[in-house]
Amino acid sequence: MLRFLGKRLLQIIPILILVSIFIFLFVHMIPGDPARLVAGEDATIEDVELVRKELGLDKPITEQYITYMKNLFQGDFGKSLKTNRDVSYEIGERFMPTFWLTVWSMSWAVVAGLIIGVISATKRNKWQDYLGMFGAVSGLSLPSFWLGLMLIQLFAVTLGWLPSGGMDSWKSYILPAFTLGTGVAAVVARFTRSSLMDVLKEDYIRTGRSKGLNERRITWGHGLRNAMIPVVTMTGLQFGFLLGGSVVIESVFSWPGLGKLLIDSVAYRDYPVIQAEMLIFALEFILINLVVDLLYGILNPQIRYE
Amino acid sequence: MVELKLSNKEAYYQQTLENIPSKTPFSEFWRKFKKQKLAFVAFFFVIALILLAFIGPFITPYDITEPDYENVLSGPSAEHWAGTDAYGRDIFSRVLAGTQISLYVGLTSVLLGAIGGTFLGIVAGYYGKRIDSIIMRICDVLLAFPGILLAIGIIAILGPGLGNVIIAVAIFSVPMFARIVRSSTLAVKSTLYIEATKSIGTRPKRIIWKHIFPGTVSSIIVYFTMRIGSAILTAASLSFLGLGAQPPSPEWGAMLSGGRDYLNMAPHVTIFPGLAIFVTVLAFNLLGDGLRDALDPKIKE
Repeated sequence: MLRFLGKRLLQIIPILILVSIFIFLFVHMIPGDPARLVAGEDATIEDVELVRKELGLDKPITEQYITYMKNLFQGDFGKSLKTNRDVSYEIGERFMPTFWLTVWSMSWAVVAGLIIGVISATKRNKWQDYLGMFGAVSGLSLPSFWLGLMLIQLFAVTLGWLPSGGMDSWKSYILPAFTLGTGVAAVVARFTRSSLMDVLKEDYIRTGRSKGLNERRITWGHGLRNAMIPVVTMTGLQFGFLLGGSVVIESVFSWPGLGKLLIDSVAYRDYPVIQAEMLIFALEFILINLVVDLLYGILNPQIRYE
Repeated sequence: MVELKLSNKEAYYQQTLENIPSKTPFSEFWRKFKKQKLAFVAFFFVIALILLAFIGPFITPYDITEPDYENVLSGPSAEHWAGTDAYGRDIFSRVLAGTQISLYVGLTSVLLGAIGGTFLGIVAGYYGKRIDSIIMRICDVLLAFPGILLAIGIIAILGPGLGNVIIAVAIFSVPMFARIVRSSTLAVKSTLYIEATKSIGTRPKRIIWKHIFPGTVSSIIVYFTMRIGSAILTAASLSFLGLGAQPPSPEWGAMLSGGRDYLNMAPHVTIFPGLAIFVTVLAFNLLGDGLRDALDPKIKE
């Protein structure tokens, strides 16, 4: 297991370096002069030159990258062009709201997806299966921002049961977490169904049946346990979908998280913040994939020896 | 035997019927595809949508840009089937006209992504070694920015607008196509007939075009259809966030974003464009599922 862990850790290092280069180059890919961009539209030529020196943009690009990485390791992401505060401060404030939103969305989505998937697989081609799978494909096709607005209209405006936005109490989590998790629940349900159906065809399931084990034990104990292996990988990938989706959902529900900050920053062309956010999202996604890989190794010992 | 006991007579006969070989790969595909009833319905719905994309702007009952201040935010009625928006414009007409934009954005972005991804995937899979690892590392980096985030990053560089949305969604589809095409290229490459072709001295270019590419087409078609739905969703989300189509464009996401401020008084302004997105994406997803089951059952999600 330790060797497996070490191998996986080594494998992500080149990806991390490439991602950091990509994000470093990000500001250089914007058409126009980055120094002028930071200095502002109506800055004088002297001001622009001053900013260029200050940001180190006059140095060779490899040197700039090394300085950029040094600063990153010290937690220095530069300053926001909009608020002039440290980017690390802006992001630090908003990290936890997004984190909890994705965790809650993921939790309900995985539980609901597994239940729907198992019911569909065991009631194959019956009405429960058709209903579950039609529900899942609908969940995949729903524009999340529209679903969010409709839920606000129903539960916040018409019924007045839940808040329409912000993050004040546990009630504030219900609508955004539900909206954000819908797509993931749909994917998990579809994937669990097909994976479980494959497993239920296996010989050992037949052996279990012929021994007279009851169906419930077969499905949950033997079937689902083995069907879970691909489902875990798929679920890990869905975390990426959630992180991306949070950007849209946070705008709908005025959620004080990273996603809303990103959209506000794009509108304001606040490049240091955009740059840092892209890095944080990518890092988070890479780390989650690493954790999923390790889980996969625990669930399926075969993979460790490949 | 258990299989037989579990399935009823009808299923058994159907199984026997399935084993009769049909004449061409296409008729084989068509026979399997027709069995997927929902996908079959979705197929005709998609054709209707494509027709609507061409004629939509010409058959709108009302002008889609002309404001009508007598009829601001009026609910659905006999004159205005889906009501009117904050400028008194007929929402039904605007949704009709918007079909063109959504389909155009969805199709062109996925097509561009498929072309780029197929090229990279075939090159990586066929030549292997250094070039393979370079291409796949680039794909890994692009895939490290999950979902809509890569598209938002690209828009942050290029600036908002529908054209840039197409580019962003296309770039976002490239690595996924590259991975899928690479793995089917590897599968085709290891077959005996490719080895035979190589042994008679066929040039790589010819092998790729005549043998490898046709072998990957079915997975490209399946994935292409499956991507369109999510490309339309992504584009609508970007427009909703103000990064794509700008008002007064009748793009569905932009219409929704405009209706958001009047959600309390006039929910219909938001409901109808959203329904249009939902039904369109649903049709493409159902079609994609059906194509997958008929053409290439190995591809999942």
